[in-house]
Amino acid sequence: MSTNNLSTSKIPTVVVDDLNIKYRVILGANTGSAAGALRSLVSGKAPSQVVKSVHAVKGVSLTAYEGDTIGLVGRNGSGKSSLLKAVAGLLQPSSGDVYTASQATLLGVSGALNKSISGNRNITLGGLAMGMSREEVEAIRQQVIDFADIEEFIDMPMGTYSSGMQARLRFSIAAARQHEILLVDETLSTGDTEFRARSQAKIRELSGAAGTVFVVAHGHAMIREVCNRSIWMDKGVIKMDGETNAVLDAYEADVAEKKAAKEAKDKDK
Amino acid sequence: MTVTSPNGDSSAKELATQHGLVSASKIPGLGDYIKSTWRRKDFVAELADARSTQQYSDSLLGRIWQLITPLLNAAIYYLIFGVLLGTSKGIENFTAFLVAGVFVFNFMQVTVTAASASIPKNDRLIKAIHFPKLVLPLATVVQQIQQYAVSLIVLVVIVLLTGEPLTLMWLTLPLVLAMQILFTTGFALILARWGARSRDINQLLPFFTRTWRYVSGVFFSITIFTATMPAAVGTALLLNPGAVYIDLVRDSLMVTESSDPIIWIMGAVWAIVFFVVGLVYFYRGEKKYVN
Repeated sequence: MSTNNLSTSKIPTVVVDDLNIKYRVILGANTGSAAGALRSLVSGKAPSQVVKSVHAVKGVSLTAYEGDTIGLVGRNGSGKSSLLKAVAGLLQPSSGDVYTASQATLLGVSGALNKSISGNRNITLGGLAMGMSREEVEAIRQQVIDFADIEEFIDMPMGTYSSGMQARLRFSIAAARQHEILLVDETLSTGDTEFRARSQAKIRELSGAAGTVFVVAHGHAMIREVCNRSIWMDKGVIKMDGETNAVLDAYEADVAEKKAAKEAKDKDK
Repeated sequence: MTVTSPNGDSSAKELATQHGLVSASKIPGLGDYIKSTWRRKDFVAELADARSTQQYSDSLLGRIWQLITPLLNAAIYYLIFGVLLGTSKGIENFTAFLVAGVFVFNFMQVTVTAASASIPKNDRLIKAIHFPKLVLPLATVVQQIQQYAVSLIVLVVIVLLTGEPLTLMWLTLPLVLAMQILFTTGFALILARWGARSRDINQLLPFFTRTWRYVSGVFFSITIFTATMPAAVGTALLLNPGAVYIDLVRDSLMVTESSDPIIWIMGAVWAIVFFVVGLVYFYRGEKKYVN
């Protein structure tokens, strides 16, 4: 091994280059009634929709390397999930770009792929969608069922599952495959303690195998335990990027400070 | 404060290309796009099958409805048009004529309607996993082909029961169906892209398909019906893809019906034009299906 373990020996797997993500949220038409819609039609004015443009990610740049397990922290709406979606190719950047060594897999909070079919068929659907062959799906099926620990429910429609069970199955389907780049978004917070421990072990195994893992989780203990690097996002920009404990300490101090300030303000009223 | 690439001197893009990284938002070329869709043919089949199961999961008779629905359809059309309105005038074997028209047209109508909703309906899947979205409308087409196969078996039985003989013309049926499926797939892909953009298309589509049904000679003979109108009207109706494929199926299965060679040519033309245009048009919208 070279003594220089800086950029020269590290192999980048994800490069985010000045990424901007904006999306439009349609909050609904202004005119709630049919009469109102007709009036706007007659007057020739387009039915005015209340459209809000959300600038979720603002000029983010970062490089992740082989073996990196990166925690993403920040308040709700700070752009963490949008960033992961863009890395997975599930959101189109407004400008800038994301480069990856291979197709990244996102493990999101969305539970079932299809609620009205059984867990077993969801395994097939998920595996095939990721590009596996039928044989490959059969080879991992039992492993997925065991890992998710839902043997007795596997033939029931996934809509009947609890959200924890859905999340477990989704995690297991995606984790059954070897991924170079795995993006974990909040999934782990839904499982029980025992499953959380197992999935943490799985994440460590994946990142150990020269993979790159991004983790978004509310539980900071989990991030401190598995992530060697963390990124603090605030209002769409990276506020801090570095060693996990340093970043989380700074973030937690900021949260505590803001909370104290808010309480003081409330008292004044 | 913000620590980015340690290689501060080389730009992010250079670093990426240097290590062979690929843009996550880049859509592959059409050839690779088709290849990656083809690799997921099992996914297409599974989606189609899951949807069929889903469709009948709440009914006691289950998939038997695949057989009952076309039969009921044919019976209703027979009652209204054959018995009550008497559009059967001048048609030798009206029962077979009508059932062929209804089944052949229904396949096209149901497929394009379902395809227009194929992107929004699979929202969960699209948001969770990255794959070529072409598989979604294709799964709709495959599902409807399975349904169509059942209808065609019923049609063949009815055609034989009404006294049509087995002839060499029956051998042209696979060719006719292949052309019809290509046309329908292309049309379905166009509507799938429109349907992804706005939900309004789903409101308008029933009016379009109803009109299309009335001008396609499902339950009357266009030639007889337009005899008193300007020739251009009859020709336009006869050459519309709906009428073309109905006509060709009738030509294949019934000795009492025959198609002009121009109808056969139009069958091939519509198939190729719609399939190619539909495929390219849907592919070009690929970026729009994710947001």
